[in-house]
Amino acid sequence: MSADILSFEEAMENFDPVLGFEVHVELNTKTKMFDAAPNAFGDQPNTNTTPVSLGLPGVLPVVNKKAVESAVRLGLALNCSIAPVSHFARKNYFYPDTPKNFQTSQYDEPIAFDGEITVELEDGTPFTIEIERAHMEEDAGKLTHKGGATGRIQGAEFSLVDYNRAGVPLIEIVTKPIVGAGDRAPELARVYVAAIREIVKNLGISDARMERGNVRCDANVSLMPKGSTTFGTRSETKNVNSLRAVERAVRYEIQRHAAVLTAGDAIVQETRHWHEDTRSTTSGRPKSDADDYRYFPEPDLVPVVPDPEWVEQLRAELPEPPSERRKKLKAEWGYSDQEFRDVVNAGVLDEIEATIAAGATAGAARKWWMGEIARLANVRGTEIAELGVTPEHVVEIESLIGAKTINDKIAKQVIGHIADGEGSPAQVVEARSLAVVSDDGVLLTAIDDAMAQMPDVVAKVQAGKVQAVGALIGPVMKATKGQADAGRVRELILEKLGIN
Amino acid sequence: MTQNIIELSAAELAQKLAEREVTSVQAVEAHLERIAATDGRPVEADNPYAGKTGLNAFLHVNTEEALSVAAEVDAARESGEDLPELAGVPIAVKDLIVTKGQPTTAASKMLEGWMSPYDGTVTQRLRAARMPMLGKTNLDEFAMGSTTEHSAYGVTRNPWDLTRIPGGSGGGSAAAVTAFQAPLALGTDTGGSIRQPAAVTGSVGVKPTYGSVSRYGVIAMASSLDQVGPCSRTVLDAALLHEVVGGHDPQDSTSLTDPATGFASAARAGAAEGGLKGLRVGVVKELTGEGFQAGVEQRFREAVDLLRSAGAEVVEVETPNFRYALGAYYLIMSSEVSSNLAKYDGVRFGRRTLPTDGNLTIERVMGATRAAGFGAEVKRRTILGTYALSAGYYDAYYGSAQKVRTLVQRDFNAAFEKCDVLISPTAPTTAFPIGSVDEHADPMQMYLNDVATIPTNLAGVPAISLPAGLAPEDGLPVGVQFMAPAREDARLYCAGAGLEALLTQANGGPIWKDLPDVVTAVNNLPGTTSAVATEGAAK
Amino acid sequence: MSEITRDTVAHLATLAHIEMSEEQLQAMAGELQQIVGAVAQVSEVAGDDVPATSHPLPLRNVMREDVVGEPLTAEEALSGAPDAEDGQFKVPAILEED
Repeated sequence: MSADILSFEEAMENFDPVLGFEVHVELNTKTKMFDAAPNAFGDQPNTNTTPVSLGLPGVLPVVNKKAVESAVRLGLALNCSIAPVSHFARKNYFYPDTPKNFQTSQYDEPIAFDGEITVELEDGTPFTIEIERAHMEEDAGKLTHKGGATGRIQGAEFSLVDYNRAGVPLIEIVTKPIVGAGDRAPELARVYVAAIREIVKNLGISDARMERGNVRCDANVSLMPKGSTTFGTRSETKNVNSLRAVERAVRYEIQRHAAVLTAGDAIVQETRHWHEDTRSTTSGRPKSDADDYRYFPEPDLVPVVPDPEWVEQLRAELPEPPSERRKKLKAEWGYSDQEFRDVVNAGVLDEIEATIAAGATAGAARKWWMGEIARLANVRGTEIAELGVTPEHVVEIESLIGAKTINDKIAKQVIGHIADGEGSPAQVVEARSLAVVSDDGVLLTAIDDAMAQMPDVVAKVQAGKVQAVGALIGPVMKATKGQADAGRVRELILEKLGIN
Repeated sequence: MTQNIIELSAAELAQKLAEREVTSVQAVEAHLERIAATDGRPVEADNPYAGKTGLNAFLHVNTEEALSVAAEVDAARESGEDLPELAGVPIAVKDLIVTKGQPTTAASKMLEGWMSPYDGTVTQRLRAARMPMLGKTNLDEFAMGSTTEHSAYGVTRNPWDLTRIPGGSGGGSAAAVTAFQAPLALGTDTGGSIRQPAAVTGSVGVKPTYGSVSRYGVIAMASSLDQVGPCSRTVLDAALLHEVVGGHDPQDSTSLTDPATGFASAARAGAAEGGLKGLRVGVVKELTGEGFQAGVEQRFREAVDLLRSAGAEVVEVETPNFRYALGAYYLIMSSEVSSNLAKYDGVRFGRRTLPTDGNLTIERVMGATRAAGFGAEVKRRTILGTYALSAGYYDAYYGSAQKVRTLVQRDFNAAFEKCDVLISPTAPTTAFPIGSVDEHADPMQMYLNDVATIPTNLAGVPAISLPAGLAPEDGLPVGVQFMAPAREDARLYCAGAGLEALLTQANGGPIWKDLPDVVTAVNNLPGTTSAVATEGAAK
Repeated sequence: MSEITRDTVAHLATLAHIEMSEEQLQAMAGELQQIVGAVAQVSEVAGDDVPATSHPLPLRNVMREDVVGEPLTAEEALSGAPDAEDGQFKVPAILEED
């Protein structure tokens, strides 16, 4: 199918989008969903497996209690009902990353159902999204495609399988169809996924790092002609793994659907793949008979019957919801409405909170996270939180500035180097000799040079036009490659000219 | 001496070991010699699929390890160590149970040469009980069948008549204990795979309450039906082995927390004078009559009469839904099979077969691997199960079968209001000739062997089969089966040992006094009959 | 009960990942038809008021604590692998992305 798309504005003139999301959250339990293998990221391939996670002959699953607790807590945080009786089921399909060639999941009796959350759009407009269900399941292993030109599946000659991730606990959160978002649908998509990420992080049940796949989103999009209430055929864009990608993918699919429908063609019900490089989706495989997953109750596991008292206890112990927390933090930090919304939309609330907790002022924390760090993330096309700069780094930078070891300008360079993985601020400053020149001797030499070259300026200053001193500071800073403390240079010049 | 040792029951051998009349090494050696004399040698040197020239009860003989475990037990005993009751008593293990250090094949080409990197829970318990493992016994591939003809490695022969089937799927374990190759063996029972072989070989087999013995490390056929249990020549021996392997296992989510104790004492109490007095025995009306061989019926009636004469109260019970049990069983079993066997795909372990034409993609490799690795019966059940679970059919088949399961349980509950145990023949017929069932022409015919054993698997309740004598018309063993309510396995051992004592007395000895000389029979076996083809669909 | 044709079996064999020859498909269709015919009455026995039983015994809430056990080494994990490379399981090319 051609990738022809309509402009977003044109699409919105004629159609109303209907969205739906399936967000998979990887839990940060110590062990896997059904066995005691470690749940850890980044280890050597196939070192976090047991016979159970490899699906060897004869093995049996046993449910991780902590994972069930996390699922119940998430269900409660999503304002869901918790199922009095919940079953596991097998979803049967063959794929080499799935050790048993079935996924142990939940089907008609999920642990949590019928919830809703209210998210805030960028301008503060609330939007309520209904949650159909949240269910427990296990993750698959990781495939690496080899031998092809692109490292993609197409054209690969063979694939390598690492089962470290196989069996890691997942909770899949499924929304009901979302209507009424209109032209804010892409924005809503991003805000919704950000909200889920915030909730699971707030609950402490997931590391919630999208770049590691801790939170993954499948986005369903369909269009209805304006005025219609009948849902159109939907596409499901798989594994959209950053907030900005979610927004772009939804936007793209709306434009693509609009083009297809406007041309009088039918949308194919299919999975789509999002490509960040081309910012477009391509066709996966159509929904077909191959999707006959033959669900049936998992005979190796018994029902989960949450004790109502336990559920109530978990409810009572839930942390403050993110929205409440935001209200509190806004008051504490003294940010304006706009400043605070920008912080929230940039997704750096946690970073700023941690930075303040580590000793920075609210103003400084915002200045760095919303300033140079945000700028750099944008330039590099990544999420702010995923740049590699930590709250501790920011506090350290602030203290280096306070000690006049560096100035703001150098600090910006330092941040770039931190993001390149060169270490802590002090290490970067040391390794790259970025400390401001504090040796007065070096400065005085440069000042003498500058005064010799600009006797007219010297005369002006001596005549009482103190502000003209800036013209002398510039060449000194230049001579010291920006590593001088401009304030000190000014002091020294004035001293030298006998003005205090 | 050797002859003596192998004829001992496990309980007797344990006692002689404890009293140091016999060493464990002697016991293991005696059984290994017996295996060597009766199991036969490969029909074709380089073709394991052609089977063996003898009983072919063993797929692997674990000579070295068994002897070294035995030597350790002897040394420990010598040094005065406190040892478990069955320490030093050798045992054979159905090759569906994974064992470190020995191959585990499930009698399938799919797992040829596979070595498990872990031990099953029952395997660990045998090690903890310090019982030398003699080897792994033959079975129908992945335990699917009632004859062992579906083993990829050739059929096991019935020690009573080498031209006949030993039952299945656990024909290897049943033949091994019957032919004195081992005093004890482990089996698994999904629809009768311990009890039906016990019946047709004249040995004892128990399917414990579902959850009584851990399934961890037991290659799954149908998870909600599978149960590990003991095979032996006497009821007491089965009880002793059940105590060794039973009990809670946190690695099996369906494991009961009940401790596995009191079975041997129940057996001893049942065998004692007056042990059956007042026992209420229910004869299951639906599991007699039409479809049951005359000699089987006759021996069954005689057993019931013996019970009555020993003071048991015999009543007749009706279980109207049992007639649907076979259909429900085949739908549930095959559905679970289709999913449980999906993991055999040539990716992580076992066989990989490349397609001979077309693209070499993983999908094709999986398809070719499963085509070459599975036999006809496994494929048939996998396809049936895939059908029963597929969209549009689930409610009519799998869903309905689960409801029938509820009805069968209700029948049991109602019956157990009226009696303590139920009784029926174990199998409708005695052992039939190898190759006599054409399952392609009539695939249901073989399934009918399980008609009396299946209801207990559906309901999860325990049952024991023990020999009731030889059928007059063919001189082959007949089995009777007691069934008890869930968690009341002790009742089986009580009733079973009681009936066993009555029959031994009535017949002037145990059933095996009439067993033909197996060594002679094996040596006289005409030619080297090749194994029954398992890949029947290729015909 | 619907008729089980060669095409039905071909579809089931695809789902079950078992390659079958034309002959096998034909034969299996006949066998399956017989079996399904024999077991089909199951669907007529129980009414809506009868609950389904998926576990023979009524256990519930069997769970384990979140405590790490001893994992296999990569070598052990790969010990039975038909093909491996760089500490990973090696498989031929995958036709379709999920």
